[in-house]
Amino acid sequence: MLRFILGKILWLIPTLIGITIVAFGFVRVLPGDPVLLMAGERGLSPERHAELAHQLGFDRPLWQQYLDFIWQLAHGNLGDSLVTHKPVLGEFFALFPATLELGVCAMFLAVVIGVPIGVLAAIKRGSWFDQATMGTALVGYSMPIFWWGLLLIILFSGILQWTPVSGRISLMYYFPNGTGFMIWDALMSGQSGALTSALSHLILPAVVLATIPLAVIARQTRSAMLEVLGEDYVRTARAKGMPPRRVVGVHALRNAMIPVITTIGLQVGMLMAGAILTETIFSWPGIGKWMVDSISRRDYPSVQGGLLMIALIVMFVNLIVDLLYGLINPRIRHR
Amino acid sequence: MSEVTETDIPAGTRRAQFAEFWFYFKENRGAVIGLVVFALIALAAIAAPLISPFDPDTQFRDALLATPLTHDANGNFLMGTDAVGRDILSRLLFGARFSLFIGVMVVLLALSVGVILGLLAGWFGGWVDTVIMRVMDIILAFPSLLLALVFVAVLGPGLINAMIAIAIVYQPHFARLTRAAVLSEKNRDYVMAAQVAGAGHMRLMFRTVLPNCLAPLIVQGTLSFSNAILDVAALGFLGMGAQPPTPEWGTMLSEAREFILRAWWVVTFPGLAILVTVLAINLMGDGLRDALDPKLKRS
Repeated sequence: MLRFILGKILWLIPTLIGITIVAFGFVRVLPGDPVLLMAGERGLSPERHAELAHQLGFDRPLWQQYLDFIWQLAHGNLGDSLVTHKPVLGEFFALFPATLELGVCAMFLAVVIGVPIGVLAAIKRGSWFDQATMGTALVGYSMPIFWWGLLLIILFSGILQWTPVSGRISLMYYFPNGTGFMIWDALMSGQSGALTSALSHLILPAVVLATIPLAVIARQTRSAMLEVLGEDYVRTARAKGMPPRRVVGVHALRNAMIPVITTIGLQVGMLMAGAILTETIFSWPGIGKWMVDSISRRDYPSVQGGLLMIALIVMFVNLIVDLLYGLINPRIRHR
Repeated sequence: MSEVTETDIPAGTRRAQFAEFWFYFKENRGAVIGLVVFALIALAAIAAPLISPFDPDTQFRDALLATPLTHDANGNFLMGTDAVGRDILSRLLFGARFSLFIGVMVVLLALSVGVILGLLAGWFGGWVDTVIMRVMDIILAFPSLLLALVFVAVLGPGLINAMIAIAIVYQPHFARLTRAAVLSEKNRDYVMAAQVAGAGHMRLMFRTVLPNCLAPLIVQGTLSFSNAILDVAALGFLGMGAQPPTPEWGTMLSEAREFILRAWWVVTFPGLAILVTVLAINLMGDGLRDALDPKLKRS
């Protein structure tokens, strides 16, 4: 098992280097003057240009710049934002809990609803339940989620006035030493109504972000279940008189979960892409909105740092999924 | 030898293959509905200048945010008008041209680059394989929309740049699929036979092996087609795709955002157009997969 884990980690090193090269390179390789891009200023005098080039290190050879970038990275320094002049990494970690909270809630919704639907649809293959849920899943999978979010705002915030339009919690609540996880902070503060307020802000964005993963997980669970239900060992279990509930719950479901877990892992990258749109629509102060704002403000150090951190997180989650995969499926571990 | 394989195919084979494909495709009711809807959308896009009631950019200053089915001196606004008085139906019809064109271009770009890279990696193996597939892994490590967004930010916002950016982030999927298919095909007897007969690398890759790897590529192509339409609309929505006043669906939604609580129609119709188009393509994709995948055929 240790060899399996080490092998997986070693295999990531070239990808890791590649990710740093992409994040490092995108301002330098693509057309345009990197000094102007990084400085975000227009109409620079030649002296100021040279000064900035020196300050940002653009007057040195590319390989030296890259090694310097890696050196700074190893020391947890991703440069300073051009807009706030604060360290990029600090800004990232200040906003990350918001995205994590949203993402975890969305994933929770997607799994808790998607897996049972997929299992039921497979058991009742061809029934109206199967057709209705799989039809709905295909609609969900085809959904432009930025439009879906706007529709939900029109219905629940506009017409019914049940939920707020944007933000994470009502302005009347403030947690000075908060963890950044609003649900947790609201719960711990003991202020009446705080938790309800946080939840009512969270529900619409979480539903919007969960839509596509939910559809994918439901479809994937159904087809994995169908495949497993046709296997010999399931027939054997049935033939020896095992109750159907146990055949499905123990024999079939456990094996069907292997591809489903992979799918869930793959959805993490999708979730990050979805967070960009969801956070923009609901003004959710997380990483996705921060990236969009940084891009439109031409705050390139923030874009570069954010890109790197997001890729690292996606890679890390995929590693965990790979390891989990080996844990459930010994055939992969011992290859 | 090469000519013989060509002429030895009985005249009816292609038609028989298509008939078999159609037999399985039409079994899937959803796929047929998807095909019909998609054909209608494509027709509407082609005939947009003929069938749209108004010019998509004409602003009727006396009919701002007119509700759907408004009938006034200018004519009928079936789907109402937007904040500057442009007819929404006409803009949607012209928008279909952009969305379908971009979808096709993204798939063509991603497919051709991805297939060539995948063929090279699978056929030659060794360091060629390692280098190409590692680069693909790196691209796949980034969430696609984010990477496309960053590319567009540097290249400059616009429809063409959005298209290029999305094609870049999609092509690793094609490369991986092609490589996997090539690896499973290249040791088969027919490839060996062609090699013994003296076929060169280029011929072996493109004429002998590639046609036998097409099924998964067609399915992935359909998937990418619908995803490309969604992603271009998303970029437009974020202000990084087509720029106003282009009647692109995502851009229309982005312009409509501030009116969502006052005029539901400016938001509802462009999104509905995206959803219906993407859904039709995905329905077709499901049908294609069932008809082309021999493993699923038997079940």
